[in-house]
Amino acid sequence: MPAISTQDLTIKFGNFTAVDRVSLQVEGGEIFGFLGPNGSGKTTLIKALCGLLRPALGKGTVLGFDCVTEAEQIRQRVGYMSQKFSLYEDLSVRENIEFYAGVYGLSGNYLKRRKDETIALTHLEPYLDRRAGKLSGGWKQRLALACAFIHEPKLLFLDEPTAGIDPVARRDLWDLLFQLSGRGVTFFVTTHYMDEAERCGRVGYIYLSKLIAYGTPEELKQMPEVSPMGTKRIEIDTLQTSSALLFMKGKDYVRDATIFGQSIHLLMDDNVSMDQVKTDLKREGYNGAALRPITPSLEDVFVTLTNSLNEP
Amino acid sequence: MADDNIFKQNNRTEGGPIKARTNPFTGLLPIMRKEAIHIRRDPMALFFTVLIPMIQLFMIGYAINTNVRNIPTVIYDAARTQESKRLLDRFVNSDDFKIVKYVTNDEELTREIVAGRAKVGIKIPPDYSRLLLAGETANVLILIDGSESSVAGEALNVANGIAMSESLERALSVSVTRQQLPVAARPKVLFNPDSRSANFLIPGMIAVLMQMMTVLLTAIAIVRERERGTLEQLYMTPIKPLGLMLGKIIPYAVVAYAETLLLITFMRWAFGVPIRGDLLLLLLLVTPFILTMLGFGLLISTRANTYQEATQAAFGTMMPSIFLSGYIFPIDTMPVFFQMLSKIIPTTYLIEIFRGIILRGANLADLWKQGLILTMMSMIMISVSAMRFNKKTQ
Repeated sequence: MPAISTQDLTIKFGNFTAVDRVSLQVEGGEIFGFLGPNGSGKTTLIKALCGLLRPALGKGTVLGFDCVTEAEQIRQRVGYMSQKFSLYEDLSVRENIEFYAGVYGLSGNYLKRRKDETIALTHLEPYLDRRAGKLSGGWKQRLALACAFIHEPKLLFLDEPTAGIDPVARRDLWDLLFQLSGRGVTFFVTTHYMDEAERCGRVGYIYLSKLIAYGTPEELKQMPEVSPMGTKRIEIDTLQTSSALLFMKGKDYVRDATIFGQSIHLLMDDNVSMDQVKTDLKREGYNGAALRPITPSLEDVFVTLTNSLNEP
Repeated sequence: MADDNIFKQNNRTEGGPIKARTNPFTGLLPIMRKEAIHIRRDPMALFFTVLIPMIQLFMIGYAINTNVRNIPTVIYDAARTQESKRLLDRFVNSDDFKIVKYVTNDEELTREIVAGRAKVGIKIPPDYSRLLLAGETANVLILIDGSESSVAGEALNVANGIAMSESLERALSVSVTRQQLPVAARPKVLFNPDSRSANFLIPGMIAVLMQMMTVLLTAIAIVRERERGTLEQLYMTPIKPLGLMLGKIIPYAVVAYAETLLLITFMRWAFGVPIRGDLLLLLLLVTPFILTMLGFGLLISTRANTYQEATQAAFGTMMPSIFLSGYIFPIDTMPVFFQMLSKIIPTTYLIEIFRGIILRGANLADLWKQGLILTMMSMIMISVSAMRFNKKTQ
C-alpha cells in the first residue's frame, strides 16, 4: 500500500489552478523528491495532502486516510518541516521539542522515550538549554526535524529542508534522512538542489501546476522527450565558456546549450561528429577544448522538459 | 484488507496512543505553556504593557482637572464705592475667581483678556451706587473669554449666581430687615462630594486602558506567529482552532487581570479614589469584558498579516471607545445615532460597571444587565473569531 496516493488531484484558488490533475504514488519507506520552480505548486500539494486545502477535483490518500474526510488522522501521523526555520526562537531547544510533543499529545513513558530517542538521533544533547534562535542554520534544521519527528510519524513532509544551509550541514541532514528511511520512514522532500534530487528514490517534477515528469532519476534520463531521436549530448571543457557558448548556440546542429560550471553541455544532432564540433571550435580560436559524450543529468532533464513546454 | 494496517497499526504502547483526537480543545495546554514562556522570555514587552498604562494613568490622572477654580480675573471698578466693594468681595469669596489685576480703564480691561492674562473681566460702572440707591437697575459688565468652554461656562454660572443673590438681598432688604433669603437651595452632590474629576475620569480611564492592552496583546500574539511562519507549522499539526485560540487568550487574560488590579490599586492609593462597592464583584464582571476584548484581538489577527497592521487596527478601534463610551462625554447628551453606537461598544458597559461599583457602591442586582451583555458579547466575539480561523485553515 502506498504511503501517498493521489488521482487527478486539483487545487484551485478562485480561477487560478495551483495544482492541476496530479496523480502520483509514493511507496512506504521511499524518499520521494518533489521538484519544481518557486510557485509551481509544491507547498500547495503538501497542504492539500495534510487536509488544509480542499481539492476541487480528484482525491488523495495519505497513509491510507482520505485527505478530506480523515485529515485529523493524517495530521496526527505525519510530520511537517517547512522551508524557512519556523520554530520558536525565544524558546530553548528542549522547550521547542516539548511543545511539539505536547501538541501531538505524547505523555508518560512514551514521551520520555521519544524525547531521548529524538535527541540522540539529532545529536542535539549539548544544545538542549540553548535558545533556538541562537543555533546555527544546520542545527536549527536538526531541531526542526526533531520537532517534526517527535511523535514517530510514518511519513515526513520536508518542504525545502536544506534551503540556505551550508553544504556540510546539508550532507549531515541527508545522512539523517537516509538513516530514518532505513527504518521505514517515508519522506516527501521538495528541493531545488539537483544533487539532492539524485539521492531520491524517485522524483516528480511539477511545472506550472502540472506534474510533467515522474519516476526514478534513471528513468527520467531515459525519457524520449529528454533525448529526442537523432540527438546526443556532449560536454565541452574550455576556458572561455561564455563566448564559446554563444558561438555554439549559433550553430544549426546545436539544439540546446547550457553552462555547467567550467564546461558547456550540448544537445546536438547525432549525425554531426564530435570531431566536427572540435574543428569548428578550433577555427574560432578555442584551442584545447576537450569534448566527451555524456548522459543527461537531472538538470538537463528538467531544463529540456521545461523548454519543450514553453515552446509552442 | 490486511495490509491496510501497515500505517494504521499502533506502535505506541503507553502514553501516546494514536487515536482520532476529537477533542475540540486539542493543543490548549501546550499552547498555554508556550505562551507563558513567551511572556516570561520577553520581560521588556511585559514591562511596557504593564508600565505604559500606568504612566498614562498618572499623566492623565494628574493633568486632567475639569473642575474650574481660581479663574484669573481683572477688575475695573469705576464706581469705587462701598456698594461696589461689597459686590467685588462676593466674587473674591466665591473661590471661583482670583483677582489678578485692578485696572482703571476699558482698554486695559480688554487688553488683559486678549493677552490671556485674565479669563474674566468685571467692570462696575461709575453710576453703580447711584442707580442702586435710586432703585434702578445697575448694569455690571462681565467679560468672559469663551475660548475655553468649561471655564467660560463656570464663570457665567457663578457670575449670574452672584448677581442674582446680590439683587435678591438688596430687593428684600428694603422690606425685611434680616439679610437672609427666604429660600436657599442646598445641593448635595452624592458619591463624589467634591465633584473631583479624578473620581469621574479614572475608573473610565482604566476601562479604556484595559481595552487597549488586551486587544493589542492578543492581536500581536497571533500575528507574530504568522510573521515568523510558525502558524503554518501549527496548522499542519492536530491542534484545533479553539485550542489554539483559548491557549493564546488565557495567559494574556491572566496578565490583563494583574494589570487591572494594579491600576485599581493605584487609583485607590495614588489618587485617593475610594472603592465603595465590592472589589470581587468588580473582578467578576471584568472577566467577560477581558474575554470580549481578547477575542476581538484575535479577530484582528485573523485579518492582519503584519505587526503594523495589527497595531493600527488595535489603535483604530480605540477612538470610538474613548469618545462614545461615556469615558469623557456623557452618553445622554449625544445624538440618538451615537447613543445607539455606544450601546455596541463593550467599553461602555465596563465603564458603567466601574463607576457603579467604585463610585456608587452598586451591587450585582444593579449591574447584572451590563454583566449579561458583556457575557453575550464575549461569546459572540470568540465564536466569530474561531469561525474565521477555521475558514483560514480550510
